[in-house]
Amino acid sequence: MAEQHNDCKSCGKCTSYEQEEGKTLYTMLIYSENTPGLLSQITAVFTRRQVNIESLNVCASSTPGVHKYTITCYCDEDMAQMLTKQIEKKIDVIQANYYTEDEVFILETSLVKISTPMMLENRDVSRIVRIHGAHIVEVNPTYATVEKTGITSDILSLYNSLNELGVVLQFVRSGRICITKSRVEHLDEFLNEREIRRAENCNTGISE
Amino acid sequence: MKEQISGAEALMRSLLHEGVDILFGYPGGAIMPVYDALYDYRKELNHILVRHEQGAVHAAQGYARVSGKVGCAIVTSGPGATNTITGIADAMIDSTPMVVICGQVGTAMLGTDAFQEVDVVGITQPISKWSYQIRRAEDIAWAVSRAFYIARSGRPGPVVLDFAKNAQTEIFEYESKKVDFIRSYEPVPKMEQTAVEKAAKMINDSVTPFVLVGQGVELGDAREELRALLEKAQIPAGCTMLGLSALPSDHPLNMGMLGMHGNLGPNVMTNQCDLLIAVGMRFDDRVTGNLKTYAKQAKIIHFDIDPSEINKNVKVDLAVLGNCKETLAAVTELVDKTTHQHWIDSFKPYEEKEFNKVINKALNPTEGPLLMGEVVRKVSEAANNEAVLVTDVGQNQLFGCRYFKFSKGRSVVTSGGCGTMGFGLPAAIGATFGAPERTVCMFCGDGGLQMTIQELGTIMEQQAPVKIILLNNNYLGNVRQWQAMFFNHRYSFTPMTNPDYELIAKAYGIPVQTVVNREELDEAVRKMLATPGPYLLQCAVLEEDNVLPMTPPGANVDEMLLEVNS
Ligand SMILES: Cc1ncc(C[n+]2csc(CCOP(=O)(O)OP(=O)(O)O)c2C)c(N)n1
Ligand SMILES: [Mg+2]
Repeated sequence: MAEQHNDCKSCGKCTSYEQEEGKTLYTMLIYSENTPGLLSQITAVFTRRQVNIESLNVCASSTPGVHKYTITCYCDEDMAQMLTKQIEKKIDVIQANYYTEDEVFILETSLVKISTPMMLENRDVSRIVRIHGAHIVEVNPTYATVEKTGITSDILSLYNSLNELGVVLQFVRSGRICITKSRVEHLDEFLNEREIRRAENCNTGISE
Repeated sequence: MKEQISGAEALMRSLLHEGVDILFGYPGGAIMPVYDALYDYRKELNHILVRHEQGAVHAAQGYARVSGKVGCAIVTSGPGATNTITGIADAMIDSTPMVVICGQVGTAMLGTDAFQEVDVVGITQPISKWSYQIRRAEDIAWAVSRAFYIARSGRPGPVVLDFAKNAQTEIFEYESKKVDFIRSYEPVPKMEQTAVEKAAKMINDSVTPFVLVGQGVELGDAREELRALLEKAQIPAGCTMLGLSALPSDHPLNMGMLGMHGNLGPNVMTNQCDLLIAVGMRFDDRVTGNLKTYAKQAKIIHFDIDPSEINKNVKVDLAVLGNCKETLAAVTELVDKTTHQHWIDSFKPYEEKEFNKVINKALNPTEGPLLMGEVVRKVSEAANNEAVLVTDVGQNQLFGCRYFKFSKGRSVVTSGGCGTMGFGLPAAIGATFGAPERTVCMFCGDGGLQMTIQELGTIMEQQAPVKIILLNNNYLGNVRQWQAMFFNHRYSFTPMTNPDYELIAKAYGIPVQTVVNREELDEAVRKMLATPGPYLLQCAVLEEDNVLPMTPPGANVDEMLLEVNS
C-alpha cells in the first residue's frame, strides 16, 4: 500500500504539486551537442543555485546530432533566467530557454499498479480508470497495470482517486516532455544564423 | 601535409600551430611520452620546470595576464593534475586564458582506479571553461586548437586537456587543424545598435554619471576606448582591483579603487551618482558590499561580453552586450561632449578626508616601524610607476593595490576572485616571461610566500628577474586584522613563526637585503631595482597594522570605516 504523502512534491506520490510561495514551475528546454559529460554539467548549475530539479528528460532531438533536455523546476523568473544563461554558457550547449506552463504542450506518462482482487471487488476502480481516460494495459490474477498519459494534474488526479480507494500497489511517473506553442522554431533559427557565421568564418580557418 | 608521427609529437606540433612558445610544467609517468617528444622541441618550446604543479598554473596565469596570450601548463596525471586545481579555479573566476594539459592513464585502464588515475575531467568541469579527455591521437590537433580558441576567445578562461597515455604513443597521420568556430559557442555577443543608442541617451541625460572599470577593459584591449568615453563626456571612474591598470592612476578622471579596501570617494559616490556605468566587471561582493542598498538611487548600464553576468548580482536598467572595445567606441560616438565639473569636484572632500585620516599616515610616517603602504609606494615610484605589480594575498595585496601606481595597461597580476595565497611568487615568474622588457615587482606576506616558496628554485634556475618584496609582519596579517576588528582580538593561529628568509634566499643564490629602518628603505629599493635578475627585499613592517579604509563585510558600500574602533 502506498504511503500517505502530503507535502513532498517530488516523490510522485503526493497529493498535489503545491506551489511554493513566489515560485513558478518552469520548464527548461535545453539543446546541446551530443557530447559526453554535459548532463552533469547542466545539473550542476541547478545544484549550485540551490534549485531542485523536479523532472528531467534527455533524448535526441528532431535535429540530427542535437540532444534535447527537458527539465522542470520551481523558482522565480530571475532564477530561471539566470539558470538558463549559466547553462547556455557551457561551450557545447546550443540553447537554453525557460517556459511557463501555458507556453508549452506538456506530456507525461504514468503507470499505476493496482490490486486485481480489489479492483474486482470495487466497481469504482474501473469507473475512475475510465473517466480519467486511462488504459488497463495488463491484467493478471494479482495485479493490473493502468497507463495514463497526459498533463501532470490529470495523472495526479487519477492516482489520488485510486489511492483513496486503497488499491494502489505501485505508481511511477515519467519525466516531462513538451513542445513549445511558439510558431517560431528558435533552435532552427539560431542554427541557421550560426551557419551563416560559419560561412563568413570559412576563409580564416576550418571550423567545427 | 600528412605525416606519421606519435600523439606526443602531434601535441608539440599542435602547440606550435597555436603560437605557443613557452610551457610551465612538471613531468611524471603518464605524461612521459610528451616529455620525451618535448626533448626534441626544446628550441621552439621553452619549457620552464617549476617546483610544484601549482607553480606551473600560477606561472601560466601570470604570463597570460601581462601578455594577453594564453598561458600553458603541462603536468602528469593524478597528483600532478590535482595540484593544478587551485590555479584552474583561480583562472576561471579571474577570466585568465590558460590551457592545462594533464597526462592520464591509458583508456584501457580508465575507471579501474589505476595508478595515478584521477577523474580530472569530472573534477575540473565545474571550474573550467572547457574540459576534455583526449582518447585517440586523431583528436589531438582538433582538441588542442579548440582548447586555445575557447581559452582566448570571448570571456577568457582556463581549459583542461586530459591526455590519455595511449593517445600520446599512438602513431598516426597528423594533419594540423585550426578551430575558429564552434556553432554552440558565441564568444562575443552581437552588439545591438538600439542598446548603444539607449546607453548614449542615458549618459547624455545623466547629471552625475559614474563609471566602474573592470578587468574586461584590459581583456578587451579597450583602454583607449574607455579613455575616449571618459574624456569626451567627462565622467569620473573607479577601478576594480583587477581593472586598476585599465586607466592610468594619475588620470584626472580616475577616482581610485572600488571595493572593501578601495578608496572612499568612488565607494561613497556609487551610492550618490544618478547613473552607474559598469564596464567589464561583475559586481563581486567585495566591490558591492550590501546589495540591498547598492546604488539604489542610480540607473545602471552594464557593458559586458558575458550575458550570464547581466542581472546576476545587480539588476540593471540596460545591458550593452559585446566586446567593450567595440561597444564603448560606438557609445562614445553618440555621447555629448560635456563637463561634469561640479560632480567631479564633489569627490574632492572624500579624497581629502581619506588622505588625512588614512593615506598620509600610511605613506608618510615619521616614526615607528616601516609600514607596508610606504614600501609599496616607494617601490612603485622608484620604478617610475611603470612596473608590473604582482601580489600575493592578504594585507600585502591590499596595500599593494592601494598604493602602487600604474601608467601602463596589463600591469596588475593579483588573485582577485579566489584570493589564492601562494599565487604571487609563481605568477611573478610567469610575468617575467610574459613581459620580459618590464620590471616585475612582487609583494607578498610571510604567510603566502611560504605557500609556494619552492618556486625560488625555479627563479634560481631561470634567473627570472622577479623583485620579491616580502612585507614581513610575522602574522597572517589580513586574518589577524579581522580577528582584531570582529573577533575581539582573539588571535587564533595567526601569529607566524618565521624562518630566516635571508638564509633561504642565500641558499638559492638570490641576492637579499632586509630593511628595518626607514632611513635604509630608499637605498635598499634603489639597489634592488638596479640589481639585474631576481632579488629578495625583506621589509620588517609594523606587525599589527590594519588596511583601511574598510567596508565591513555585509555593510553598505558607502559605510567605510576610516579607523579601527578600539
Ligand atoms: C590558500 C589560502 N589559504 C588561506 C587564506 C585565508 N587568508 C587570507 S589572507 C591570509 C593571511 C595572509 O598572511 P600573509 O601572507 O602573511 O599576508 P599579510 O596579510 O600578513 O600581508 C589568510 C590566511 C587564503 N586567502 N588562501
Ligand atoms: Mg604576514
